[in-house]
Amino acid sequence: MPIAPARIRAATVTTALGQGRGPHVEALAAMRPGLRPGAMDEVEVPCWVGVVDELDERPLLGTLAPFDCRNNRLADMALEADGFAGRVRAAREHWGAHRIGLFLGTSTSGIRHTEQCYRRHFEQHTPGLGKDLRFGTTHAYVSVADFCRRRLGLRGPAVVISTACSSGAKTFAAAHRALTAGLCEAAVVGGVDTLCATTLMGFHALGLLSPRPCAPWSPERSGISIGEGAAFALLELTPDGADDLALLGYGESDDAHHITAPHPDGAGAVQAMRSALDTAGLTADDIDYVNLHGTGTPANDQSEDRALSTVFGDRVAASATKGWTGHTLGASGAVEAVLSLLCVEAGLVPGTLNTGARDPALSAPLVLRSERRPLRRVLSNAFGFAGNNCALVLGRA
Amino acid sequence: MRVRPLGLGILAPGLTGWTEAAAVLRGEQTYRSEVLAPPPPVGLTPNERRRATLATRLALATAGQATAGANLSGTGLLSVFASSDGDMGLIDSMCRATYEHHEPPSPTVFQNSVHNAVAGYWSIAEGCREASTSVAAGDGSFAAGLLEAVTQAGVNGRPVLLVAFDVPAPALLHPHRSFSAPFACALLLAPALPGEDRGVLTLAPAGAGEAAPDTTMTDPDLEALRTGNPAARALPLLAAVAAETAARVHLPYWPDLHLAVDLEPGR
Repeated sequence: MPIAPARIRAATVTTALGQGRGPHVEALAAMRPGLRPGAMDEVEVPCWVGVVDELDERPLLGTLAPFDCRNNRLADMALEADGFAGRVRAAREHWGAHRIGLFLGTSTSGIRHTEQCYRRHFEQHTPGLGKDLRFGTTHAYVSVADFCRRRLGLRGPAVVISTACSSGAKTFAAAHRALTAGLCEAAVVGGVDTLCATTLMGFHALGLLSPRPCAPWSPERSGISIGEGAAFALLELTPDGADDLALLGYGESDDAHHITAPHPDGAGAVQAMRSALDTAGLTADDIDYVNLHGTGTPANDQSEDRALSTVFGDRVAASATKGWTGHTLGASGAVEAVLSLLCVEAGLVPGTLNTGARDPALSAPLVLRSERRPLRRVLSNAFGFAGNNCALVLGRA
Repeated sequence: MRVRPLGLGILAPGLTGWTEAAAVLRGEQTYRSEVLAPPPPVGLTPNERRRATLATRLALATAGQATAGANLSGTGLLSVFASSDGDMGLIDSMCRATYEHHEPPSPTVFQNSVHNAVAGYWSIAEGCREASTSVAAGDGSFAAGLLEAVTQAGVNGRPVLLVAFDVPAPALLHPHRSFSAPFACALLLAPALPGEDRGVLTLAPAGAGEAAPDTTMTDPDLEALRTGNPAARALPLLAAVAAETAARVHLPYWPDLHLAVDLEPGR
């Protein structure tokens, strides 16, 4: 059943490519990479990562100092870009602070802070993890929502959605429902995830971390590159222009198959994409471009390729942007939703960085080099561990 | 924002099934806290059973009570899983692997550590491909999950399974996030029909400066359970449902915002 479009009043993104929208459009158009080799000193695994450099020099101060950790620093840096916090302030003054909802995705929140306390404990033989471990305001899932709620002065419904790598995308769906139900008049959505030893070591243990920059859909693809990133959007149901950018549809599903391996035929992904098209009141032919989940692991890309073929045949241009930013995990659904919106605005179909040629065993009509052409409607995929899938349709309302 | 509970489930020390727990929550039987034996992970293959954590076992068992109580299969249900901190034992295990043993974590521990792993095991056990959302909001996690579940039920016009759980942290993390006991509950919620009022829950976030005190439990041991675990903040609502009398329950959500739930008297 079609839903009402949710208008995108503001959107911003910060990743290894830079702070705010400008550097992202420029890097996508120019095929300028954002990944670099290496990770962190205690993680000796060969990999490439997408790092936001400024975070080390941006401590949170004053009343927000208890929230200081890498993840909340990135949230703060992203909210500052593109005047996003100012747009939320204007919405708050218009609707009232208690009428603005907050829906944020993360997979590991501020776990880096806890990791550093464990490291000190075992290296220096301290009696416990230390009184300076601020678990509730850094590592706890709620931390990023609590921080952003205070930073933006919001007092409405707020929640963290944590469904691994679909988290950031699902915040758009949850916000749309809350707007529809009248729980709020406007909603801030997004995702924030930052580099930590846990995910680097964990993906290494699973054999899914690539020693080279990730190359989605390549015949030599060998796994993911992890990046850190944050993206936010401000949603309202009230239209204010005929050609608004909007969330047009969303679809969510579960694989019910395996905790880490995707369904071989992408059955859950098919269900999510079809549901997103249905709620948008569109068919596959109405979509100009698909921003793939495209992680670069052999199994993930194969599963998504089959799902894409089932829904779109070979008719839709598709590409993966994780070669630029790395896989920003719980943030990736929001990061790539915002990148998709930027591409509609800029009339830009991004290529697939690091992928010289498509794996002949896969069938998606993969765009390899970025090209300028008008886009009206985009579908963005985000799939997570435990078989959690979300697809969004974004574009001109 | 009106729903009707079709089935309920509960697992906590001294509360090991909805029918028995309802009698305790109504005050007909005395509450006695007893060590909770982890339930078997029903519906999973032997491989997955080995991997199922305490949190997963509690969630699967309470979800099973709620769907059985409603005589519904889980296969076609939308679901919401609410937990403040997931399974902190997995965090401890991964941090010890890196910093104590200087080796990668066990792949099983890492894959279980995502917040939605519990929901994933449930979807596999039920063969359910419907949308599933795992949420967290600290001590307000139950209220946040309830609000999401009720919103989904209303917007989609379909029943939604809500499962809330939290389990105590291991020794190193316990001083920093202390839960007194494991607790899990499940509510299978259907959108209330127009005109239907018996046993109906009406929800509204309320606050805007006027924070109402949380509804508490009269029995001191049940009150200790309520305050000792974020998922157990559900107890006053579960008690009102068990009593089938008109009630207003205030659930903690954010410090400046609570969730008010009005219950119409039952049959």
